[in-house]
Amino acid sequence: MEQLKSTPLTSHHRALGSLMAPFGGWDMPIQYEGIIAEHRACREQAALFDICHMGEFIFSGDFVKDGLEDVFTFSVASIPVGRSRYGFLLNETGGIIDDLIVFRLADDKAMIVVNAATADNDFEVIKGRLTGGGIANVTAVTGKLDLQGPLSREVMSRLFEPSVCNLPYFKFTTAKVLGFEAIVSRTGYTGELGFEIFIPEAKIPELWEMILADDRVKPAGLGSRDILRLEVGYSLYGSDLSEQITPLEAGLDSFVNFDKNFIGKDALLKQKTEGLTRIKVPFRVASRRSPRHDYRIMKDGADVGVVTSGAFSPMLGCGIGIGFVSPQMAAPGTLLTIVHDKVSMDAEVCQLPFFKEGSLRN
Amino acid sequence: MEYFFSKEHEWVKISGTTATVGISDHAAHELGDITFVELPQVGKTVKQFDTLAAIESVKAASDIYAPVSGKVIAVNETLENAPEVVNESAEESGWICVLEISDPAEVKNLMNRASYDEYLATL
Repeated sequence: MEQLKSTPLTSHHRALGSLMAPFGGWDMPIQYEGIIAEHRACREQAALFDICHMGEFIFSGDFVKDGLEDVFTFSVASIPVGRSRYGFLLNETGGIIDDLIVFRLADDKAMIVVNAATADNDFEVIKGRLTGGGIANVTAVTGKLDLQGPLSREVMSRLFEPSVCNLPYFKFTTAKVLGFEAIVSRTGYTGELGFEIFIPEAKIPELWEMILADDRVKPAGLGSRDILRLEVGYSLYGSDLSEQITPLEAGLDSFVNFDKNFIGKDALLKQKTEGLTRIKVPFRVASRRSPRHDYRIMKDGADVGVVTSGAFSPMLGCGIGIGFVSPQMAAPGTLLTIVHDKVSMDAEVCQLPFFKEGSLRN
Repeated sequence: MEYFFSKEHEWVKISGTTATVGISDHAAHELGDITFVELPQVGKTVKQFDTLAAIESVKAASDIYAPVSGKVIAVNETLENAPEVVNESAEESGWICVLEISDPAEVKNLMNRASYDEYLATL
C-alpha cells in the first residue's frame, strides 16, 4: 500500500488530541473534542478545518483554443475573473470522474480544486484532454484551510481587509496574509457562512495558529464535516458520486450545461431520452437511528436500492440519508425501510436540504 | 457496591436479586458520541451474553449483551431523548436497564474491575 501523505498540521492535530485516520490517501484528523461538539461549533460559532489534502491544479492558456472549455460539464470560459463554478469531470459513459470547482484567476489562468483521492488521476485525465496551454499539479505546495460558521466573517475581520470579509457567495479574491498572497473564497462544504483560504503549504501552520488564537473558533475534523455536508445535501465523492453514477442520476443536472461540448455528453443525452433507472433520493428516518453507507433500501419487502450516505443529524434530531432507488420510489412522502443485518428503520423520502436554516448566504 | 464487567464491555452491579446494567466508560469512549440507544422491552427475559439492547454512535452500531441472565424490570427512559448521558456517565446515570436475576453465581463468568482493567490493557 502507498504511504499515507501528511498535511503540515499533523503535529498540531496530535497535540490537540485528535483521532487520526486515512482519508483519500492522507492521514487526516477525524475529530478532536468530539464530532457532535465540532458540528455544533460550526453551526453556532466558527470551526476551522485542515483541508490541505484536496488537490489544486493551475491551468495557463487560452480556455477555448487550448481545450479547457470542453473538459468539464460547465463552461469555464464564461466564468468572470474572481468567480468560481462547481461541476463535473465525466468519463465517456457519463460517469463522474470527479466533482470540482474551477476558480477563474485571470483571463488566461484558472485554479482547479479537486478531491484528494482522485487528484492524481484527474490531473492525467485533464492534461490528456487539453490541446495546448499548460497545467501544473500544485497540490504539494498549496495549503487550504476552511473557516466555516456564522461567526466566520467576524473572525476573518481580524486578519483581512473588509473587502475580503464581505465577499459574496462563490466569489473570491487575492489578499495578503503572513506576507504571502492568499486566495480567499466565499465557499465551503457545511451550509454555513464561510471561507476557504489557499496559501503556500509552508505558511499553513502559522495561519492555523493565528485563526485558532481567536477563542470563538474550534478546530473541527472530517467527522463533523461529513455530517455538516450531509445535512445540507451536498454529495461526497466516493460515497454518493462515482464513475458509475452520472450527474443526472445524482440529481445534479443544474451543473451540466448541454449547450456546450464535453466528454460524456452523448451518454447523458441518451440517458435523458431513455429515462433514468435509478435516482438519488434523500430520506429522513423516523427515529434517532443512523442509516449508513451500503445499508439496503427496501419497499414493501423488496430490495429497491442502496444507501450511499447516512448519519444522525444533530439539527433534525433523527437519522438522515441519501441513497439511490428507481424514480418511481423517489417522490417525497414515499415510505421506505432501511435495513442492515438485524437493524431495520422506517424512513420517508423528503427534499433537500435536510437543514435549511444555515448562515450560508448571510 | 462492586461492579463486574464482561469482555464485551458491559458492566453489572448486583444488589440482592436485581442487577443494574450498562456499558463501560471504556466502551462509551471508544464509541464516540452516542446518538441512539435501543432500550429492551420491560418484561423481556435474556440469557447471559444474549443480545439485550443496541447502541449507535457517530461511528458505529453495536449490540449490548446481557452480562447476567434475567428479566428486564426497568429501563433508563432518559436515554431515549438524551443518549449522550451514556458518554457523560456510562457507569452511573448512563445505566441501560435493571434485570431481576435468577442466578447470582453467573458473575463467576465476569471480571471484577481490576481484572477488567488488566483485560483493557491487553486490547
